[in-house]
Amino acid sequence: MARMRARAGAAVVLGVSVAMLLAACGGDSDNGSEGTDEPSAGSGDEAVTITWWHNSNTDPGMGYYQQVADDYMAENPNVTIEIEAMAHEDMVTQLEAAFQSGNMPDIYMERGGGELRQHVEAGLTKDISDLAADTISTIGGSVAGWQVDGKTYGLPFSMGVVGFWYNTQIWADNGVEPPATWDDFYAAIDTLKANGVAPLSVGAADQWPLAHYYYYFALRECAQDTVVNGLAEFDFSDECWNTAASDLKAFVDSQPFNDGFLATVAQEGATSASGLLANGQVSAEMQGHWEPGVMQGLNDGTPVENIDWFPFPAVEGGAGDPAAAIGGGDAWAASADAPDEAVDFMMYLLSDEVQIGFAELNMGLPTNPAASGSVADPALASLLEFRDASPFIQLYFDTALGTNVGNAMNAAVVNVFAGADPATIVADTQAAAELE
Amino acid sequence: MADEATARRGGTASTATPNPTEAAGSTQVLPAAPARAGRRGTRPGLRKGLEIAFFVTPALVVFLGFVVWPVVKAIQYSLYNWRGYGPMVDFVGLKNFTYVLGNTVFQGALSHNLIIMVLSIAIQLPLGLGIALLLNRKIRGRNLLRTLVFVPWVLSEVVTGVIWRQMLQADYGLLDTLLGSIGIPTPQQGFLGDTSYALAAVMVVLTWKYLGLAIVLFLAGLAGVPEELNEAAQIDGASWWQIQRRVTIPLLGPTVRTWIFLSMIGSIQVFDMVWILTGGGPAESTNTMATFLYSWGVDRNLIGVASAASVILFVIALVFALTYQRLVLRRDAIDYVPRKARKAATR
Repeated sequence: MARMRARAGAAVVLGVSVAMLLAACGGDSDNGSEGTDEPSAGSGDEAVTITWWHNSNTDPGMGYYQQVADDYMAENPNVTIEIEAMAHEDMVTQLEAAFQSGNMPDIYMERGGGELRQHVEAGLTKDISDLAADTISTIGGSVAGWQVDGKTYGLPFSMGVVGFWYNTQIWADNGVEPPATWDDFYAAIDTLKANGVAPLSVGAADQWPLAHYYYYFALRECAQDTVVNGLAEFDFSDECWNTAASDLKAFVDSQPFNDGFLATVAQEGATSASGLLANGQVSAEMQGHWEPGVMQGLNDGTPVENIDWFPFPAVEGGAGDPAAAIGGGDAWAASADAPDEAVDFMMYLLSDEVQIGFAELNMGLPTNPAASGSVADPALASLLEFRDASPFIQLYFDTALGTNVGNAMNAAVVNVFAGADPATIVADTQAAAELE
Repeated sequence: MADEATARRGGTASTATPNPTEAAGSTQVLPAAPARAGRRGTRPGLRKGLEIAFFVTPALVVFLGFVVWPVVKAIQYSLYNWRGYGPMVDFVGLKNFTYVLGNTVFQGALSHNLIIMVLSIAIQLPLGLGIALLLNRKIRGRNLLRTLVFVPWVLSEVVTGVIWRQMLQADYGLLDTLLGSIGIPTPQQGFLGDTSYALAAVMVVLTWKYLGLAIVLFLAGLAGVPEELNEAAQIDGASWWQIQRRVTIPLLGPTVRTWIFLSMIGSIQVFDMVWILTGGGPAESTNTMATFLYSWGVDRNLIGVASAASVILFVIALVFALTYQRLVLRRDAIDYVPRKARKAATR
C-alpha cells in the first residue's frame, strides 16, 4: 500500500528529528483535550492544545501550513496548534505505530475506505458528521470515501484521479492521438510498437500500479451500484467482475508494457516505471495525479516537459459510465478523543481561503469547488476539470477494501499478468474476504 | 516485524537453551556438595551460587525478554483474529493455523524454502569443498585468493541484493546487456521478472553470497588435519586425490556437518535477500515463509495469521535443528560412543 506521493526527501532527517522532539511533548497535548467536554467548537475560553501531523515537510507547503495555523491561533487565542511535518513514508509508519499504541495526534491524514473502516471499528477516529456538517455539504460527493455506515469521519482536502500520462512529443512523432475508446488505444499501441517505441511502463513489482488497470476495467464493465456494493460487501458474484478480468487478460496479451515490467518498481530510480516515462524510454504510463511531481523528483527537480494527460478510454458494451474515474485522496481526520476545536480547525483548513492558497501552490487538487479555478499547473488543471465533471469517482479498490482484501486483489492481478487464469482475481479476493 | 524476529530467534533458541539450564542446574547441585565441610557450612556454596546468579541473570533476562517472551506473545497472537490495533478479543482457536497450512501461497513458500535448503547444500558443499581443497595447497597468492573468496560474505545482504537486482534488470541490467551483445537471448521479463527463472536467479545470488562462508569454514577445518597423516599416506603411495578422499575429507566431517546445520537453518529463515531481489514475486514464485509472514502481517495487517505462520516457521526450524543435532551432530560430541560399540561393551 505504499502509494507514495513522492516529496523531496531532503528534509527526511530533519522531519524525523523534529518528530522525535515533538513526540516527547505529545503526551501533554492530551491533557488539554480532557478539559473540553462541552461542544464549544472554537469559541470556548479554556486553553486547548491541538497536535497536527501532515506530510508537507518541504516549502512552500510546510511554510503555508504553519501560516495557516498561525492565522487560526490569532483568531482563536485559546487554541495552540502543534505541527509535526513529516516525510510521507515516515508519517505513515508513525501513524501505524500511533494507531497501535492509541497515543494519536488530534488531527491526522486518513486515506479512507476500508482502512478508515478498520480505524472506526477499533474506536480510533472521531465522528464529525454533525460538528462539520457545513463543510461536508460544501465538499459534496468527494466525502463519500470517508463515510462509514452513513457517518462522516474525514474531510478530504485533495482528491485526484488515475489516468494516462503521456509524452506528447513521442505521440506526435508517431502520429498517434489520445484515444477515446479501447479500439483506438489498441491501434495506437500497435503503431507505437511497430515504430519501435515501448508504449507503456508499469511498476508491477509494487503491485498496485498494475492493479489500477483491473480497477478501471471493472469500473467500465460494472454498473456503479455493482462496484459500490461489491466493494462494501465483498460480493464479486456479478459476471462483470470476471469480464473485467478477461479484458485485462486481453490487454496483457497485446504486450503493451516495458520489458521486465513484472520486476519494475513504480517510483524509485531511473529504471522505475515513472523514471522510464521521465527519460522518454516509454511513451506513457497510467498513474495518479502525483505523477508530474514524482517525475520532477526523478529529473533532478526540474519539471519533465511535453507531458499531458488523458482519461482511461471507454470500454465498448460496459455497464459503467465512461466518465467515471478511479481516484482517491487525503483527508483530515480527528482521533476519537480529540477536542472539538480540532474539528473546527479542520473546517478552517477546508475553507475557501485556505484551499485557494493550497491550489495556487500546487500542493494538491482542492476539493472545495471555490478553489477549483486556482490550480496553476495546466496538466493538473485539465485533470481537475475531468475530476469535477466526473459523475462518479471510485476510491482505489485496495483502499476501499482494506489492507487484507485489497492486497489480496492486487496480488491476484499481478498473477494474471504473469500468466494465471483471469478468474483467479475474483476467487482469490473472495477467499481473502473470508478472513474478515 | 516482531514475528520475523521471533521466528529468527527460533534457530538460536535451540542452540542457546542448554546454557541457562546447565547454569540453573549447577546452582542447585553445588550447595549440597560441601556438606562434609561442617564448620564452614554452606557459605562457599552460597557464595558460588550468588556469583553464578550474578553473572547469569543479565543474559537470562535478555534471553527471557527478547526470545521467550516474543515467542509466547506470537503464540498468543496466533490464536486471535487481530489487526494490531484495538482490543484483541476475537479468539479463533486454531483457525489461523488451518488457514496458513491450507494456503497455496504458504505451501509454495515452504516448498521454496526446502528447494533453497537442498540446493544450497547440493551446490555449495561440493563447490566449497573443492575450492577449499585447492586453496589449501601451496600456491602463489593463496592469501589474496582466500580473501577474495570471502568478500561476498562480508558484504551486507541489502547491498548485495541491490547490486544484483540492478545487474539482473531486464534490458538495462549488466547481465542482459552482456548476454545480448553476444547474441544470447534473455527472458523478456528479465531473470527476476520471469516466474520460471526468478527462484533460480535468487539461488544464484544466495550461492554467490554464502559460498565464501562454506569455504572459510572448510579451510579452518583443513588447518586442523595433521600434516603427518598426509605424509604417512604419501609414503604408502597414495595419490593426491586418494589422500583427499580417504584422509582429509573424512577428518573434515565435523566441520562439514556443522556447516550443513548452519546452512539448513539459514535456508529456512531466509528473508532479506529474497525481499530485496523480488519481494516474493513475480506472482508469488519466490516467496519464502519469512516473506509470507511479512506480507501477511505488515502489508495485510493480519497479525493473527502472520503469527500463526511465524509459529509454524519456528516449529519447523526447531524440529529440523533438534533432529539434525540428535541424528548427526551427536557423532561429533567428545563422549560419543557408536551404538554398535556400546552393545559390544555390555556383552
